[in-house]
Amino acid sequence: MEDIIRFNHFSFKYYSQAEPTLYDIQLNIKKGEKILIVGPSGSGKSTLANCINGLIPFVYKGDIQGSVEIDGLCIGNGNGKQAKSLFDVSKKVGTVLQDPDGQFVGLNVAEDIAFALENDNTPLKEMKERVEKMAQIVDMQNFLSNNPYELSGGQKQRVSLAGVMVDDVDILLFDEPLANLDPKTGKVAIELIDDLHKDGKTIIIVEHRLEDVLHRHVDRIVVIEEGHIVQVGTPDEVLSSDVLQKCGIREPLYCTACKYANVKLTPEMHPESLDSLNMDAVSSSLHNWYDQVKPKEETQNKKVVMKIDNLCFSYDGIKPILSHVSANIYQGEMVSIIGKNGAGKSTLSKCIVGFENQDEGTITIEDLDLSKLSIKERADHVGIVLQNPNQMISKTMIYDEIALGLKIRGVSEEEIEKRVTHIMKICGLAPFKKWPISALSFGQKKRVTIASILVLNPKVLILDEPTAGQDYYHYSEIMNFLKELNEQGQTIVLITHDMHLMLEYTPRAIVLCNGEKIADQKAYEILCNEQICEKANLKETSLFTLAKKAEIEDPVQFVEKFIQFEKERKAYEN
Amino acid sequence: MKKSLFSTKTMVATALGAALFMVLFMFVKVPSPVPETNLQIAYGISAFFAAVYGPVAGFLIAFIGHALSDFLSYGSPWWSWVVASGISALVCGLAYFKINTEGKVSTKDLLVFNVFAILGCAIAWVVVAPVLDIVIYGEPVNLVFVQGGIAFVMDAIVSCVIGSILLLTYSSTRSSKGSLTKE
Amino acid sequence: MKIKLFSYNQLDTFVHKLSGLTKLVCFLLLTTTVMLTYDIRIILAILIFSYFLMNKAQIKFKQVKTMFIYVGIFLITNFILTFLFSPTYGCEIYGTKHVLFPIFGRYEVTLEQLFYQCTKFLKYLSVIPLGMIFFLTTNPSEFASSLNHIKVNYKVCTSLSLTLRYFPDVQRDYHTISLAQQARGLEMSSKAKLINRIKNVVTILTPLIFTTMDRIELITNAMELRGFGKGKKRSWYSFKPLQTKDWISMFICLLIFLFMLYIRIFVNKSMFYNPFI
Repeated sequence: MEDIIRFNHFSFKYYSQAEPTLYDIQLNIKKGEKILIVGPSGSGKSTLANCINGLIPFVYKGDIQGSVEIDGLCIGNGNGKQAKSLFDVSKKVGTVLQDPDGQFVGLNVAEDIAFALENDNTPLKEMKERVEKMAQIVDMQNFLSNNPYELSGGQKQRVSLAGVMVDDVDILLFDEPLANLDPKTGKVAIELIDDLHKDGKTIIIVEHRLEDVLHRHVDRIVVIEEGHIVQVGTPDEVLSSDVLQKCGIREPLYCTACKYANVKLTPEMHPESLDSLNMDAVSSSLHNWYDQVKPKEETQNKKVVMKIDNLCFSYDGIKPILSHVSANIYQGEMVSIIGKNGAGKSTLSKCIVGFENQDEGTITIEDLDLSKLSIKERADHVGIVLQNPNQMISKTMIYDEIALGLKIRGVSEEEIEKRVTHIMKICGLAPFKKWPISALSFGQKKRVTIASILVLNPKVLILDEPTAGQDYYHYSEIMNFLKELNEQGQTIVLITHDMHLMLEYTPRAIVLCNGEKIADQKAYEILCNEQICEKANLKETSLFTLAKKAEIEDPVQFVEKFIQFEKERKAYEN
Repeated sequence: MKKSLFSTKTMVATALGAALFMVLFMFVKVPSPVPETNLQIAYGISAFFAAVYGPVAGFLIAFIGHALSDFLSYGSPWWSWVVASGISALVCGLAYFKINTEGKVSTKDLLVFNVFAILGCAIAWVVVAPVLDIVIYGEPVNLVFVQGGIAFVMDAIVSCVIGSILLLTYSSTRSSKGSLTKE
Repeated sequence: MKIKLFSYNQLDTFVHKLSGLTKLVCFLLLTTTVMLTYDIRIILAILIFSYFLMNKAQIKFKQVKTMFIYVGIFLITNFILTFLFSPTYGCEIYGTKHVLFPIFGRYEVTLEQLFYQCTKFLKYLSVIPLGMIFFLTTNPSEFASSLNHIKVNYKVCTSLSLTLRYFPDVQRDYHTISLAQQARGLEMSSKAKLINRIKNVVTILTPLIFTTMDRIELITNAMELRGFGKGKKRSWYSFKPLQTKDWISMFICLLIFLFMLYIRIFVNKSMFYNPFI
């Protein structure tokens, strides 16, 4: 097979930065190959993707050394035919962006799929035929006249995909395709991408959720760190090495479990997926480990701090969004509320903080009925941190931002100074006291918004998707920070569809489905329960599958032991 | 740097600016000291976008935004004022050629912005709107000039105050990281 | 308040099936007709015609109730203000003075003033349904495509349809941000001092503008990656070519417009119809 993409001693430095972002990249991608690019945030993997789709050098300017050749088009100092504009490259490479809302520019599905054709001034008749055909390929033909507000995240992504493929490109580039999808929808997306690969497209996926991408075979994984390619190899080779751990990328959980059980993974064991993994080679070690780890009794604190009782809510009085939801939140616990998009989890949090008023039922915090309080008054008891920190930050300086809530409440300057300084210390923001917020990273901004809510001393802190779109490093950073807060006694409620987050950090989880509570139990039990997973668009954890395959007598307990073991290990490392 | 008048980015900014204008025009009205009148915060948005993205974007943001808001709330636009809104942002957008919004906004830049903003409001509300009201709608002369005068004061205040604050905030988010040290 | 922007529904009526361009031309012709005349006979005719069209387009009163309330408030305010500022404007126009009854000072109710203000009231009332019909029965993308067809720059047309595409997103952002800031204690009511009110608005505006600016960059990239802005021309998926019924409709509206001009120039010999002489 011939190479379709060829990086030749390629380096790139943005004009606005002092150091290059990519160093001496040497990479050939074959026609029809399926490549996964992984690396921590800031490693240069997005920059590499932008070099493939032409945003570099045509939108983001910088110094280029060496060259890239994309299906005969040359960027940089090569000999081939030079790419003259972004449009030349976009005829070869189709890009599906991470945010489906930003990419959905049409007023309905058909128009959005047709967008690239419109820009080519394609005649109407031909356009209609091609749109029809593409819609069939992504199975959206029955939704052609739907507007984006009537579609789910997974459907929007299908439309985006159809919208780039309509141009008949050979190379498809996916920028974090799983970031906005729940686990089950993500699985379907990966299957769809795999089908396209089988039809002969060259596929490049940039994604840090390795385990989810490996649901289907990929040919090679490219690992990038600090602008260098540190490894290129088959999934078997990469998973058998320790390069992922070194770069701070999460390996599949079943691989971690094998390593905990002292199995030295080798490419011959085929760790690429659970289906290919040679169980004979790992089974006995897993059994040994399972027998060695003793389960620990957890002490339970049973003082209820917030009580949700028989809550009902509906926007239009016809379709219930929440129906008869009851739950207790205990003092000092960290608990997650999970469920697929539209299950009612966000609405529940809005009812708690007063953004919406329930039709029926009560919410009490330490016997205080919240329904009589205004949004502002409720904020003294329960605080909410929105998913996107940019939606909350209204000041330019960190100190002012955190102090805002207190200032409005007329607290004295001295008191404000004292409380803000204290919170900044707790949140690890003290060194940045005089920084403008714009200079902070996403994770740091998140801390600022958390601090600005914590400073009001709420008894319960609610976070909406705290780690959405974050890679493993930043995910761990944010979650470990929340864990510290929790250990200092803060009650925390997390709203999420991230299974790992719930498994690792919240002992208990409340599952909502179509506005009803369908489960309220230990997190690991939920991820071992096929029925609940199915209903809530979750995926059974691979740990459970691994344990079953190894014929461990109580696979649920295997998962529990894994979580416990990992916690102790992390605590030890810290 | 070459400043293009209507690049794709300017077009997208126009569209989102107009959407923002609509939201503010319809939902955010700050009651002013003069009874029965509101400060239209939306004019701060059109002034700010005009300074950052140019006169064409400014004109379209205010024109499209105002026309669509009228359609949504009254069923039919009051064209004389819709045109006047557009012109105020158009004139204000001339500041785009005189100031540099990519780096630190200087006092001189702010001054220039305010001069154009006031000029724009004056032309729009003291001249264009009343004259069109008389020509198109046959409204009484004293009524339209009093209305125009009030609108001029209100919108000049909003454009200058909100516009300046937003410009300053915008430029401060573009400060370089190199100068910062941890304590 | 949630406004449904995509409420233009694909009904199978004559009005819905007209091209967006036709509807714009007819809307402009008819509204200009009303604007350029103060002849109550023409205005009443158009008023009846426009309500007939609204009925034809199957627009339910429920859909437009709030708009009528807003319009009502606006018209009544305008009615009162006109009287306060120019109580004798009617007499100046018509050149006669029939006093019905005095109020005080220079304020007296004259037949001329009443006639002028009623004409004006009906004038605005007859335009409203035309706008509603246009807005509620036109597919925005199809409309953008017809604007482009009459040589309006396609980027201007696209920005119009993009505005409608992203209005609900911006509205949702605004709603979320405003609630989040209220939770931190922001007071939006008129109790606060003016300077504080402005400050509070800025507290909401700042995050709103910066999230919007992030979005501008993202959408721009998404559009350029799919080839937007590459050629001088582009085609439109939603384009509907003009048909016979479009031409007939525009022709009828043009006739109405010309008729008004004829009356204005040759019959009334002014903008106003004067029954007093």
